[in-house]
Amino acid sequence: MEQFTGKVWVLGDDIDTDIIIPTEYLALKTIEDMKQYGFSPLRPELAAKIGKGDIIVAGRNFGCGSSREQAPEVIKALGIRCIIAKSFARIFFRNSINNGLLLMEQPDLYDDMEEGGEITVTVNQHILYKGKNYPIAALPHNLVEIIEAGGLVKAMRIRNGLGNEH
Amino acid sequence: MGMTIAEKIIALAAGVPQVKAGDIHTVNLDRMMSNDGTTHLTVDMYNNKLKNPRIADPKRMVFIVDHNMPCDSPKTAASQKKMGDFARKNGIDFWEGRGVCHQIMMEHYVCPGELIFGADSHTCTYGALGAFGTGVGCTDLLYGMVTGTSWVLVPETIKFNLTGRLREGVYPRDLMLTIIGQIGASGASYQVMEFCGDGAGTLSVDDRMVLCNLAVEAGAKTAIFEADHIALSWLKARGRSPKAVFKSDEDAVYVKEYTFDLSEIRPVAARPDFVDDVVPAEEVCGVRIDEAFLGSCNNGRINDLRVGASILKGRSVCDHVRFLVVPASDQVYLQALEEGLIDTFMKSGAIVMNPNCSVCWGSCQGVIGEEEVLISTGTRNFKGRAGHPSSKVYLASAATVAASAVKGEICTADML
Amino acid sequence: MGQTIIEKIISRNTGSFQVKPGDIVTLSVDRVMVDDIMIPFIVDKFREMGFTKVWDPDKVVMIYDHLVPASQLDDIRHYKAGDEFAREYGIKHVHRSDGICHQLMTEAGYVKPGDVVFGTDSHTTTYGCVGAFSTGIGYTEMAAILGTGSLWVKVPETIKIIIEGTLPENVMSKDVILKIIGDLGADGATYKALEFAGSGVEHMSISSRMTMANMAIEAGAKCALFTPDEKTARYCEIELDEFQKQLKGDEDGIYYKVLTYRGDEFVPVMACPSQVDKIRDVKSLEGISIDQVFIGSCTNGRLEDLAAAAKILEGKKAAPFVKLIVTPASRKVYEEAAACGILKTLIQAGAVVTHPGCGLCCGRTGGILCDGERVVATNNRNFLGRMGTSKVEIYLASPAVAAACAVAGKIVSP
Repeated sequence: MEQFTGKVWVLGDDIDTDIIIPTEYLALKTIEDMKQYGFSPLRPELAAKIGKGDIIVAGRNFGCGSSREQAPEVIKALGIRCIIAKSFARIFFRNSINNGLLLMEQPDLYDDMEEGGEITVTVNQHILYKGKNYPIAALPHNLVEIIEAGGLVKAMRIRNGLGNEH
Repeated sequence: MGMTIAEKIIALAAGVPQVKAGDIHTVNLDRMMSNDGTTHLTVDMYNNKLKNPRIADPKRMVFIVDHNMPCDSPKTAASQKKMGDFARKNGIDFWEGRGVCHQIMMEHYVCPGELIFGADSHTCTYGALGAFGTGVGCTDLLYGMVTGTSWVLVPETIKFNLTGRLREGVYPRDLMLTIIGQIGASGASYQVMEFCGDGAGTLSVDDRMVLCNLAVEAGAKTAIFEADHIALSWLKARGRSPKAVFKSDEDAVYVKEYTFDLSEIRPVAARPDFVDDVVPAEEVCGVRIDEAFLGSCNNGRINDLRVGASILKGRSVCDHVRFLVVPASDQVYLQALEEGLIDTFMKSGAIVMNPNCSVCWGSCQGVIGEEEVLISTGTRNFKGRAGHPSSKVYLASAATVAASAVKGEICTADML
Repeated sequence: MGQTIIEKIISRNTGSFQVKPGDIVTLSVDRVMVDDIMIPFIVDKFREMGFTKVWDPDKVVMIYDHLVPASQLDDIRHYKAGDEFAREYGIKHVHRSDGICHQLMTEAGYVKPGDVVFGTDSHTTTYGCVGAFSTGIGYTEMAAILGTGSLWVKVPETIKIIIEGTLPENVMSKDVILKIIGDLGADGATYKALEFAGSGVEHMSISSRMTMANMAIEAGAKCALFTPDEKTARYCEIELDEFQKQLKGDEDGIYYKVLTYRGDEFVPVMACPSQVDKIRDVKSLEGISIDQVFIGSCTNGRLEDLAAAAKILEGKKAAPFVKLIVTPASRKVYEEAAACGILKTLIQAGAVVTHPGCGLCCGRTGGILCDGERVVATNNRNFLGRMGTSKVEIYLASPAVAAACAVAGKIVSP
């Protein structure tokens, strides 16, 4: 079973898409251009500090608000490996899966989590933090298919007979 | 020795019987206008650079928010807030979103015989009412605000004798662009353009504003018409009376004289990137455009909207064209609304914006992209003024602009 | 067994006799809406996916609204990408400056009761006002739909909200939906469908219903549905067919939750900074000074909204140093407001009336604010930084409340 360890950034409840990437920057040409502004209304310093393989732990309703897919793409581009929250907003959840950004719902970890701490995630099973195990649910089958294909774009390429080498 | 209108206004403001070109005089300013382009800088200097900041007479000050309206960024919002807070604290008249500053000044303040400084180059517009209006930087404006006075070097005057009458389908904008094309962008540097003659009598105050407004594009310090019965009845209708009504003396000294026969003027366009690169409109016909703009302190008044709407009536804006229609003030907008012009523009597919400087200012509303072409009734076509450095701006009359918006390429109204 | 409205729509779309919540099904899409902000991304993904044609160009509507008029050079790229894509794939329904996408989708007749519609904007929930299943998706999924005409969804559970009786004067459907969002919480309906019923909603105009369906997303809902009725038929310029006529929740349908309200209990409310579910009575906020009022958006930029504001502003002026910005939701709304004197009233009251579009609501231009400023706005979100810096305070309210605040220069009840 896939397992990884990462440093944690803690964010609160209702982290909305305008916090993740404000509309002001949505028409910049690339996600790379946008990512420096990630989370800027709430924590302007955060984007520069996030490192590859870091993890976000947050409260309820992460990703609420608009349908902008730039939100999960910016988070992914910043190097975030996965987001663990009490709950996710619906569109954000779909957009993340479609882009291969791993999301996990966990009701208790957020309450115990301290920023800067390290956690170890065993996908589809549990999260280990300070010696305590926090269980996580397995993803539904149809979503696993998209993730296994490497995201929706790659799934469509396979459908269109273009293979997965892209 | 005789004096010109401009000299008489300066003499009155200086409290002396006689001035002549080249003299330097201290003058009392009748009024000062500052807009959101620079007022925040003036306020900063006022607050930070002066030992004993005071305002000579807040009643002579007018602050107008028109350049970034509505706001497009926290930065412009902060500038406007600084301006509003200062106006509120000091009892200065404050206009926000009611129209382009020069139009607001003409509708509500300017009187014949006044000497007015404005922190905007197109302040020369006020000459349409026989006032001496000129653009200054914010340091000059600050000095004027604190002391109520300033110094002026009395400029030489060039006389423009206008004869005849404009033909149908030819507009004051064509006339002024033709004049600038002929005398060049520095053809009147530091001088006054005085318009007179029979032809002047055929022009309304709105028409005269078009001429005076663009005078700065020929480098002029200001432009002026005599406040005749047309100007005075216009003023009276707005409940104001003149400070002084001047005529130039018979023996006044002019540095140069030109004569323009209005009946010979034809539709013209100024090509990118110079206001004085003026050619007959036919020469630029066929150039594909991406945007058209009808508005500005030069050409956003009711006559211009009437001309534009008459062309758009029953027609549609070309699919690939963004056609911005921006009345110069609320008064103009309400009149256009009343006459059904706004409805015509909306039905044709135009973008009708609130009165403001819009793309003539070029920093926020209706900006144009890489290699794009704009045909505009605005004041300037300098490189990159309306957006991307590679973009191009053509200047033409409301008629040519509206016709081009329909066709999708530059054309004159009679070619539709 | 009985069904809720969303279950009926999905059952019919999939040709299955009876779907139930939790089922994962693939839907045939009746219409999609693509907005300007997302166009370049959709085009890239569409090409990357290897599609060579759009499944049905007639079912695609492209709308430029967030970036009209262009305020930044980058905006132009979006128009160009859209025009080029439309030309290449034969998409005819392109609106370049006609107003906000969600207003146009129903107003221009693109959405009918019972349709399945997806859009690249979260407020796509709006079309539930005419009894369509519509919801927001990201650009990758939109690219996939453009190629395939289908999308998977999980059949949501339904929360039924019953409103009986009429609303007091100066209480608008905005107050109703804000109150409901406050009660549900910003994630209270996540993955759920909202279904509105009762005499209270039957009394409402389609515009009022739009306001409520529009804001359902602010409680996390996947969609929000109203039963199509005679008003719906008139608005859509159709006769309801048998399927459309029975789009109401069955007596024995299974609901996750049922909330019941009395119309006369509603009062003017506001969502306070910076959570949409931080709902307070306007009475309890009176006296707070404001710098700006914004009336517009897909939530509250329609004729009845402008009329409600004009009624309060008639013969009055916005308070000195308070900016009043009005952005009608569509070209049609603008024209109607012009024709019936509403625009005149608003402008005489000192309003800055802009061209129809998203305006300030999407935070790119249209009245951006700076640190320390406070705005009362009729749109749908008051998130941190949405209208300028993170030190701008946004209070969401109905057009009537917003207009009253503009006159007073502070928060007051209408």
